[in-house]
Amino acid sequence: MADIVLDHVTKRYADGQLAVDDASLAIADGEFVILVGPSGCGKSTTLNMIAGLEDISSGELRIDGKVVNDLAPKDRDIAMVFQSYALYPHMTVRKNMGFALALAKRPKDEINRKVEEAAKVLDLTEHLDRRPAQLSGGQRQRVAMGRAIVRSPKAFLMDEPLSNLDAKLRVQMRTEVSRLQNRLGTTTVYVTHDQTEAMTLGDRVAVLRSGRIQQVGTPTELYTRPATVFVAGFIGSPAMNFIPATIEEGELLTPLGAIVPDDRQRCLLDGWSGGGNRSVSGGGGAAGHRSLIVGVRPEHFEDAALESVRGRPGLRFTVPVDVLERLGSDSYAYVTLPGGRARIADLEELAHDAGTVDLPSGAEQVVARLHADSRIREGEKADLWLDTSRLHLFDPDTGQNLDESAAA
Amino acid sequence: MATIASTSRARRPAGRDRTAMLGWSAANLVIVAVSLIPLLWLVSLSFKTPDTITDGRFIPRSWTVENYRGIFTESLFTRALLNSLGIAVISTVLAVGLGAMAAYAIARLEFPGKKLLVGLALLIAMFPQVSLVSPLFNLWRQIGIFDTWIGLIIPYLTFSLPLAIYTLSAFFREIPWDLEKAAQVDGATPAQAFLRVIAPLAAPGMVTTAILVFIFCWNDFLFSISLTSTERSRTVPAAIAFFTGASQFAQPIGSIAAAAVVITIPIIIFVLLFQRRIVAGLTSGAVKG
Repeated sequence: MADIVLDHVTKRYADGQLAVDDASLAIADGEFVILVGPSGCGKSTTLNMIAGLEDISSGELRIDGKVVNDLAPKDRDIAMVFQSYALYPHMTVRKNMGFALALAKRPKDEINRKVEEAAKVLDLTEHLDRRPAQLSGGQRQRVAMGRAIVRSPKAFLMDEPLSNLDAKLRVQMRTEVSRLQNRLGTTTVYVTHDQTEAMTLGDRVAVLRSGRIQQVGTPTELYTRPATVFVAGFIGSPAMNFIPATIEEGELLTPLGAIVPDDRQRCLLDGWSGGGNRSVSGGGGAAGHRSLIVGVRPEHFEDAALESVRGRPGLRFTVPVDVLERLGSDSYAYVTLPGGRARIADLEELAHDAGTVDLPSGAEQVVARLHADSRIREGEKADLWLDTSRLHLFDPDTGQNLDESAAA
Repeated sequence: MATIASTSRARRPAGRDRTAMLGWSAANLVIVAVSLIPLLWLVSLSFKTPDTITDGRFIPRSWTVENYRGIFTESLFTRALLNSLGIAVISTVLAVGLGAMAAYAIARLEFPGKKLLVGLALLIAMFPQVSLVSPLFNLWRQIGIFDTWIGLIIPYLTFSLPLAIYTLSAFFREIPWDLEKAAQVDGATPAQAFLRVIAPLAAPGMVTTAILVFIFCWNDFLFSISLTSTERSRTVPAAIAFFTGASQFAQPIGSIAAAAVVITIPIIIFVLLFQRRIVAGLTSGAVKG
């Protein structure tokens, strides 16, 4: 067990492509840290650099306080679980799991004992003498995990270990991984592109985008206080809604209606306009017609007719509901905004990654999560309520959360 | 052919189907006959007595194993058989060993000059062997390896290494890279990763390559006849040309036939045992190499 420190680590490929750009991250001993981001964001490269499978272009990587930049993977004492599992097809499960110990020239009875212990934990005892080809996907995945835990290494590195499983098994294995990590208490770095896995598994989550770490924090922090539009849009399902807004005479004008900012928001807006952006907006504080992006989580909408929101301060508005999905526990209402959704480069990338970029309607819609008691019906106009105190305000040029930039 | 036959069976009435089958069978028979008759003729000749050898009958009137007994008592043949075996085996081991390393690098690494190396290998494979014979003859005599095993092993390697590299790199490319990464993380040195993970998985490819290289070396006549002068290193295909009859005027046809049959046997055994693999190896080398 050990802590892992990435100190301004950069990976630049020979062709000049920047895969990881100045990543700094301190992973404490025993911590479960998730690297999450869309494909091509550099998360796997980061993991490979920790493993020693890829060279570090600049910066320092320390495991257990020791700089390991130039150490070969075998000298780093870390175990890795691959997306493809990478089981050795010509060896039995027993040999697969004991391979690392055999390479380390440990005595045979010790290897056997450790392999059998791990097999028991992972419920693989009866498969020990089979070959990987004879196992199911879930069993192979467990063998891959077993191969890692047999060695009791300093750290586990997992590269999308669950993405080849079907949905049901994935959820099951997710809890399994979580339990295993709790039990072993081994420092774990886990790479995934699935924000649900990131939110449910990690002690802390690092969100990456095009080689840069956007934000590191606990799942709750990322959810409630996203530093950038990207993090806000990436974490959470359904994703946060982004609505364009302009500031006019102290009010936020949005397609949903005018929002009077509360004290916190006014403070943020004042701080923002009082900062370097004043010159961009062209002078006078209150007179500026400046635009920003308002982020709203789907659950901060509610059916205005419900008892729970009656009399509560917030924005009430009437919009046609295009689609209503009733899930039993709650309902998702999809409404189209007159002005359309906010468009900024970061969001385009997210949409691109999700494959929704070309959908004609998807990008213009706002999703509202409503209580199951809601009487709203599809195709009709509905009165909705928005909890304006929970708004996130983003700078449209930098994508930064005004809250975070004010704090920094 | 099987698929053609089955689709035609599905579409055509039974009568025409039978005609088609007969047609195919006849065509196959002709091809098999054309390719087998010379070989069978050779076998037949090898069992004939010297006085019936020119009688033109396919089935010998009187059978004899004298020809076989004859060649195995002559050092010309037995020594050549030993040479053939030794030279072919050494060449094969070297070609597969060196070829595996080169192919592994080609399949896995990006290094400067990689394209050049692959292109060069292809170029050598296409190089007309006969044009090398006289320079090698002179060179080998100058440096003193004319009529030695090594003198034959070197040109065999020259022409079998490209073949080995092409076939093996196709096999290595099929092996997922993650396996090596896993081995490295498990604590293997690159050499251990290669020997304990990659090589066992590439074993079918290695066997295929070994067989192809062995057959190439075993069958070679050109280099053997040109670069050897005595029994010391002459291989069987060349040695056969030096067979003499019982007297000055008798043709050694029976002995030649027997020797030809004997050296064909290992090849036949190989091909029968590894038929599938050889075809797979040839096509994977051809398509993906």
